[in-house]
Amino acid sequence: MSAIAPPFPEAARKQLANPQLRANLRRATSTIKAKRALRQAEMADWEELRAAAAAIKDRMISQMDVYLEQAEAALTRAGAQVHWARDADEANSVVTALVQATGATEVVKVKSMLTQEIGLNDALRRAGIAPFETDLAELIVQLGHDTPSHILVPAIHRNRAEVREIFLAEMGLVGRPAPPDLSSDPNDLAAAARAHLREKFLRAKVGISGGNFLIAETGTLVVVESEGNGRMCLTLPETLISVVGIEKVLPTFQDLEVFMQLLPRSSTGERMNPYTSMWSGVTPGDGPSNVHVVLVAGGRLKALAEPAARPMLRCIRCSACMNTCPVYQKVGGHAYGSVYPGPIGIVLTPQFRGLDTPLDRSLPFACTLCAACADVCPVKIPLPDLIVRQRHKVAVAKTADLRPHLEVLAMAGAGWLFRRGWRLALAGWALSVVGRLRGARGAIGPLPWPMSRWTRARDLPAPPRQSFRAWWRRGSR
Amino acid sequence: MITARDAIFAQIKAALATAPPAPPAAAPSSLTSPGSLDTTEWRDGEATSTASSTVDDAVVTLFAERCGDYGAAVVRVPSRDAATEAARLLADHGVESVVAPEGIGAALLAALANAGIRAVGDTPPLSAAELDQLDGVVTACRVAIAETGTLVLDHAADQGRRALSLVPDTHLCLVRAEQIVAAVPQAVTRLRPSVAAGRPLTWVSGPSATVDIELTRVEGVHGPRTLLVVVAE
Ligand code: SF4
Repeated sequence: MSAIAPPFPEAARKQLANPQLRANLRRATSTIKAKRALRQAEMADWEELRAAAAAIKDRMISQMDVYLEQAEAALTRAGAQVHWARDADEANSVVTALVQATGATEVVKVKSMLTQEIGLNDALRRAGIAPFETDLAELIVQLGHDTPSHILVPAIHRNRAEVREIFLAEMGLVGRPAPPDLSSDPNDLAAAARAHLREKFLRAKVGISGGNFLIAETGTLVVVESEGNGRMCLTLPETLISVVGIEKVLPTFQDLEVFMQLLPRSSTGERMNPYTSMWSGVTPGDGPSNVHVVLVAGGRLKALAEPAARPMLRCIRCSACMNTCPVYQKVGGHAYGSVYPGPIGIVLTPQFRGLDTPLDRSLPFACTLCAACADVCPVKIPLPDLIVRQRHKVAVAKTADLRPHLEVLAMAGAGWLFRRGWRLALAGWALSVVGRLRGARGAIGPLPWPMSRWTRARDLPAPPRQSFRAWWRRGSR
Repeated sequence: MITARDAIFAQIKAALATAPPAPPAAAPSSLTSPGSLDTTEWRDGEATSTASSTVDDAVVTLFAERCGDYGAAVVRVPSRDAATEAARLLADHGVESVVAPEGIGAALLAALANAGIRAVGDTPPLSAAELDQLDGVVTACRVAIAETGTLVLDHAADQGRRALSLVPDTHLCLVRAEQIVAAVPQAVTRLRPSVAAGRPLTWVSGPSATVDIELTRVEGVHGPRTLLVVVAE
């Protein structure tokens, strides 16, 4: 999440040079994509479900204040303590203070996009608290001192041999070491992770989670997962802190009938994910007795303030749009320089962070506008429209910049040229002269700097031998 | 000083004031006490009768097939044989000790004793470390979903608190055929009273699994690695 990350095209070139990564990504995205399509085809009412999900989310968005108040009241009634955070820093300090109040110096965590977005792990470490990720892939990423490359299978860029090396070298430094005769069989690797983490679960005093949904009428939080590490974190510690984005609220419990059909099928391509936990505050005698919910606003308010941007708040983070995106399929998650990659990432990230860095300005262009994402999105987010909108914002920001941009100058030049018919005619004639001199064939390129910035990734068609006007005049004669 | 809460609400209200809500917004449900859940919204669940006391054999068959797809062992037996069958299944899987929630019923406890399986109660509550020493757990469930092969526990007396069905490595779940509904919407509807009563829910679809290493499916990471299901008809 650093501002000095290189713009997308540069980062992408580096990722594309890694054949292992490309092979892994191709396999991962095509497998999940095919499974998703299969599970969608099983459902006769898939389109109705999508429409219902979009409508429920829109209803929530248009009255977010009402539902949040309702959720807060229900949570409080159920024995949870509700905290509010305007931004990442505030959320991090709230969570840090809550952990410190328990006296714990380590916490177990279940994978959460929001805690990655706000950089919670770094904040906890600065306060002397050790956060342990418990999702297998997140464990691989954390032990490998790495960043996730996919929101669903974050360690997809690592192969089994690499995972074995990481486990052997790193597990012993932070807890129970991997067995010295560890093989690279995924079953063995998973068993090593089970043993390593079980010790942590059994002694953990504090668990930290996100939340897929928060039901306003009952204060019920929902965590959807596969491995059971989520259940461990949600059940065994005395204190549970859930960090939840304000857009995760859903009006009623019955709404889950829609989302529990859409999310697993869109996400991992399963009819249902192995485990889903739902809990409302404190249950006496069962699970944590000290339950906190931290509701985080962050960039969501910026999206809410622009009616055209609001549909992006429907996102349920299923990752279907990524797996279907031709750009993401090749480049993977790292090049996006954000916890949110792929189609939704290039919409959300500039909305949340603004358009101040070259990276954030480059993101909306990491797209071919093929619209495949819009077809698979279970909550019907009009991703291509939102991407075009972000591009427009980038163009406006560039025009407003003090530093002249070549693109802006070129557009101004084109505007000047097109404003008078004779100017265009003259330009057409001049180009056809060039075309005739060159014996126009194929494409031009690469051009010298600064035009090379255009031609290094694209072909410039060679100028024609005659302009359209000349051709027309001849034809009508 | 303005609190974060007030600032957030003020900003939400200001943001929403910039444009009318896109879709016609229904009045939000006004739940004030548990038990009065708003029922005016998604009626899919109610469209198919929730009080189906008749058991549809096709639904049971679909459940057994879909639950089995995840790698769970599913057996269908007449109700009177359920306890013995459960004990036999556990013994077959090498389980020598289980935790048994208080409400699991005398028949099952007797069958376990007959099969030589040690059953441990949860009063006073066992520690996580003690649970970790046991081979398995036996529970009932609240609802099962045929279409997705899912078991839903609401952790009532016959299911025990959440940790019981989580820490031991083998989970045997007893399902009564009439608890099986066709699809997710009916299940959500049937679960509403549990949620209104403040109960937690655990939805279980097969044993714990991951595909995090090279997309190879590995059964059992943290939750029970073996899931056994006995459907009593
Ligand atoms: S934008 Fe849609 S498809 Fe993409 S992650 Fe969000 S919900 Fe899924």
